[in-house]
Amino acid sequence: MDIFLQQLLNALSLGGTYALLALGLAVVFSIIGLINFAHGELMTVTGYAICFALIWGLPFPLAVMAGLAVAVVAALLMERIAFRPVRGASGTTLLLTSFAVSAILRVLFQNLISARPIPVSIPASLSGVLTIGPLHLGMIQLISIIVTLVMLLGLNLFLHRTMAGRAMRAAAEDFAVLRLMGLRANSVVATAFAISGLLAGVAGLLWVAQRGSVDPLMGALPVLKAFIAAIIGGLGSLSGAVAGGFLLGFIEVILQAYLPESLLPYRDAFAILLVIAVLLFRPQGLLARKTPVKL
Amino acid sequence: MPDEPLLSIEGLTVSYGAVEAVRGIDLTVKRGEVVTLLGANGAGKSSTLNALVGLAPRKARRMLFEGADIAGQATETIVRRGMTLVPEGRRVFSSLTVEENLMLGGARHAARGDPAAVKADMLERFPILAERLHQKAGSLSGGEQQMLAIARALMSSPDLLLLDEPSLGLAPQVVDRIFDLIRNLRDRGLTILLVEQNVAQSLEIADRGYVLANGRIELQGAAADLRASPEIQDAYLGA
Repeated sequence: MDIFLQQLLNALSLGGTYALLALGLAVVFSIIGLINFAHGELMTVTGYAICFALIWGLPFPLAVMAGLAVAVVAALLMERIAFRPVRGASGTTLLLTSFAVSAILRVLFQNLISARPIPVSIPASLSGVLTIGPLHLGMIQLISIIVTLVMLLGLNLFLHRTMAGRAMRAAAEDFAVLRLMGLRANSVVATAFAISGLLAGVAGLLWVAQRGSVDPLMGALPVLKAFIAAIIGGLGSLSGAVAGGFLLGFIEVILQAYLPESLLPYRDAFAILLVIAVLLFRPQGLLARKTPVKL
Repeated sequence: MPDEPLLSIEGLTVSYGAVEAVRGIDLTVKRGEVVTLLGANGAGKSSTLNALVGLAPRKARRMLFEGADIAGQATETIVRRGMTLVPEGRRVFSSLTVEENLMLGGARHAARGDPAAVKADMLERFPILAERLHQKAGSLSGGEQQMLAIARALMSSPDLLLLDEPSLGLAPQVVDRIFDLIRNLRDRGLTILLVEQNVAQSLEIADRGYVLANGRIELQGAAADLRASPEIQDAYLGA
């Protein structure tokens, strides 16, 4: 039982990070139909921003804020420079554009910063381990879980209590009709990117805090996982993305804990097999929305 | 100029790729008028309405609304100028509550009046919506959704309301209620451009009408004249 509880906490912490990333993908996809594979680079940008802010002597909390701000600005710039010109184009065009953005950013990181990982000095107070009865919980894990919950709660409040949030939910349902309400398409899309940037920034922060370094390819694997999570949940469904993120986290942690050692190298393959099994029974994902007919 | 039409369109063409849905039509709507667009399925009625609010690809020699050129303008800009569309199929935001739908309808129109007052007015006019304020719009019946779609559009206090097939797919007694509502809007002085399958009822409500066929205007005139015309009698009124 204790081991199970321990694994549950591990799964919550890993799944939470996936959930934040998947949510960032889903927020943008639900509105403009773009799967943004450059989402991972927003994590990387955050990592570098925090890293350099610390090197320049900013205290850790300020460095974190700088990192998140940079992530939001980077997401807005991505939208303005790369995605707005192709808005309304086919899904394939959007997808290829996002691959291009991702590739360009990775090359820039490699050539302008470094191809190797750069260490990020995380305060010692964050690397402690909390012991509650039989459970051992890393501070960073605990912070991950709390930050994820706060973000999910905050986003939920934003979507349901503010006019901009309502507009985003409406846009996800029927963008053309939202424009008939006199709301500017560009600001709704920009808001979606800003939120996805913030989510990627927070995920990037948690990722860097756990690993203690940042490298140009840092975002590649997590964004792939987030994509899988979003697919499990049903692309475009925000609650689905969260559910998918946690589910994938659980699957990975459980496999890691209970697979025989000889099979551990195949952990991801088993995880993907389980995902395929989920999709065989629910091809539209766990919580997919019905797609309305759009103009 | 008091006689200047509220909406004046010349040579409007709507093409989707190689398909021309609307082929160079002229259209005017004067302030306070109810004008109806009639025609068979695929005649170009909905395309015309969508083109007016910038939701369909359009070209025109002239597109004036309240004297201003709206030809190249974005949907949201046209709506802010005071022309809005209740789209075919109602298209309420089904996962949002009735109240949230109304709030979005009035979101950008603080300048056009007090949104709270407009909302109170809507709820008085649509008591059924007042009862369902916190219900998801998707849980309403078809007739209630149509009323919500119209109320949502009215939240922006438009000068010109475009209605696309408001009675489509509704039960006969609900259709009567929707037409009562349109009559009521007309009596309050709202200018309306109405696309309808229900030719008899719309010619009864309208001052003037246009008949579209294959993207062109075949016939136009006062509603009474159209009602009496043999073409309309033969094609739509089953006389």
